[in-house]
Amino acid sequence: MSESMSVTPASAGATSLNPTAEITGASILLDKVSKRYPGQAGAAVDGLTMEIPAGKIVMLVGPSGCGKTTTLKMINRLIEPTEGRIVLDGDDVTGIDGDALRRRIGYVIQAGGLFPHMTVATNIAIVPKMLGWSKERVAARVDELLELVSLDPEQYRDRFPRELSGGQQQRVGVARALAADPPVLLMDEPFGAVDPITRVRLQDELISIQKELQKTIVCVTHDFDEAVKLGDWIAIFTEGAQLVQYDTPARILAEPANEFVENFIGAGAGLKQLTLTRVNEVALQPAVTASPGDLTSDVLSRLDQEGHDHAVVIDGRNRPLQWLSRRQLARLERIGDDRDPRLPLIGERATLNDALDIMLVSSVGAALVTGGRDSFRGVIDVETVMEAMSQAHARARTSHAEGRPVGINTGALTALPAPDDAPDDDRPLHAAGRGTAGE
Amino acid sequence: MVDYVGSRFEQILFASWQHFSLVVQCLVIATVLAIVVAALVYRSPALTTVANSVSAIGLTIPSFALIGLLIAPFGFGVAPAVIVVVFFAVLPILRNAVVGLTSVDRAIVESARGVGLSRFQTFRRIELPMAWPVILAGVRVSAQMVMGIAAITAYVLGPGLGGFIFTGLARLGGANALESVATGIIAVVILAMVLDLLLVGLGRLTIPRGIRV
Repeated sequence: MSESMSVTPASAGATSLNPTAEITGASILLDKVSKRYPGQAGAAVDGLTMEIPAGKIVMLVGPSGCGKTTTLKMINRLIEPTEGRIVLDGDDVTGIDGDALRRRIGYVIQAGGLFPHMTVATNIAIVPKMLGWSKERVAARVDELLELVSLDPEQYRDRFPRELSGGQQQRVGVARALAADPPVLLMDEPFGAVDPITRVRLQDELISIQKELQKTIVCVTHDFDEAVKLGDWIAIFTEGAQLVQYDTPARILAEPANEFVENFIGAGAGLKQLTLTRVNEVALQPAVTASPGDLTSDVLSRLDQEGHDHAVVIDGRNRPLQWLSRRQLARLERIGDDRDPRLPLIGERATLNDALDIMLVSSVGAALVTGGRDSFRGVIDVETVMEAMSQAHARARTSHAEGRPVGINTGALTALPAPDDAPDDDRPLHAAGRGTAGE
Repeated sequence: MVDYVGSRFEQILFASWQHFSLVVQCLVIATVLAIVVAALVYRSPALTTVANSVSAIGLTIPSFALIGLLIAPFGFGVAPAVIVVVFFAVLPILRNAVVGLTSVDRAIVESARGVGLSRFQTFRRIELPMAWPVILAGVRVSAQMVMGIAAITAYVLGPGLGGFIFTGLARLGGANALESVATGIIAVVILAMVLDLLLVGLGRLTIPRGIRV
């Protein structure tokens, strides 16, 4: 029964708790899904029950061969489950026509999986055309999607996949998956085949696209850092698709469920946590500011008053020019207006990880934070980062897993009591599914 | 030789046309048959092996022997000629069609299924176009081969240029015998080259630009 109780609030939360942001995604429920291949002793996926909340990015991670890809492909039934039900947006889709189901679900594979004999536009248009959209509507949609994935329609529409770089192919792959505006997007190691720089850019773009569209995205990766960066929720699997931990990135980093998860996170869990917090989320230190032309003696006396050692020189539009120590100030009479090119600057949208990197190489052990139009916001130093980390850590440890989606294996001995094939377990789950559909 | 050709020009032209027409029609039938058979076998490794063995062994059957055997059930004329030409034309195309279809990247097929193409749509819109350049190469090999085989069908009184060769060979040493044989051979070679050019042109028209080499 505990299972049914936690299903209901999460499903409800997905549809009603967030009325302002427009979620276009749909919730997914894997209900005691198993996959067994004939001639194999163990099941590839064994009695997995997993809830995927609408409008969120859920990352499936685990070592190779753990069944994460099988799990993903069972959602759109590219692999038919041996047992169990797949519930999409409250509808049981286990029995419906697989091709029709897949047209409602976007699918992206490594390197995009583009059809090499079709142009970019034809690739993207393939699903809308099958759904019987008019020519004009398809053409407009192609251009709209190319713009969404930052490709100029004029330039790329009529190209063939081989005339694109790996990153561009991947972008077109995402555009094709989004073509018919599906509520769910499945991604199988989408950024595995591109170079690290392109990968970071594509990840950032996916985050911004998701902010705009609020789809439900299920993404398989073996890269834990990618999971931390992209995921709202991370599901960590071990062999046989045994779900070891299903939680937010912050909580997994702060409180790994067991040794397997610890090993999987790898070294530097603390450093990885730094990537979860952005500079504008922590309290910045104030600074003594000065303008070009000010008398250094005035500035020095203000530094004495505030008990600071450095003064930030800003220009007329509040942009930092120099960052002067007492000793540097003492050598000058008036402050100059030249710009120091080696100023340790960090944007307020950057992660604490990036900020720490800048700080470590700056001579001061701190960095200047800039906001919109490069205007000066404050100073961030190592102590600020340390404090933010310990706070985040404490928050992650103490926060209850409220609204946490359900994820268990029937065979597994997890913290949650495993439902021992109790027949009445089906009913609450089903009811929860219907409730979502009815809203 | 010039006199020989000049005096029978219309006859040669007609026979050439019949020969060409026989080969092209048989090629069309053979291509369709080969693709259908390939489509049925390419997803099963066991059946693929069988198909490849059949096409290898089939090519070792002497065409002359096969056509002789067909007289009993089918008599003389067009029917046995078409059967023999189609039989030999299918073999190289089948082999290439199987190779072409099995070498389509599985990831692309999976992504086609993943976006919601049915099994048949995936075959028609993804796998077949991607295998088409390889299949067409098989058609070209086939075309060259059956140009010669079509000449042998004159043995069962089939249409085409074989008549010149057979009648010439039958009265070798007689007047115009050599000219008759030479006319048949040269015309077959010319037709083969013309057909090959046409098939290259067909490739230009039908192979999508994205996978053209």
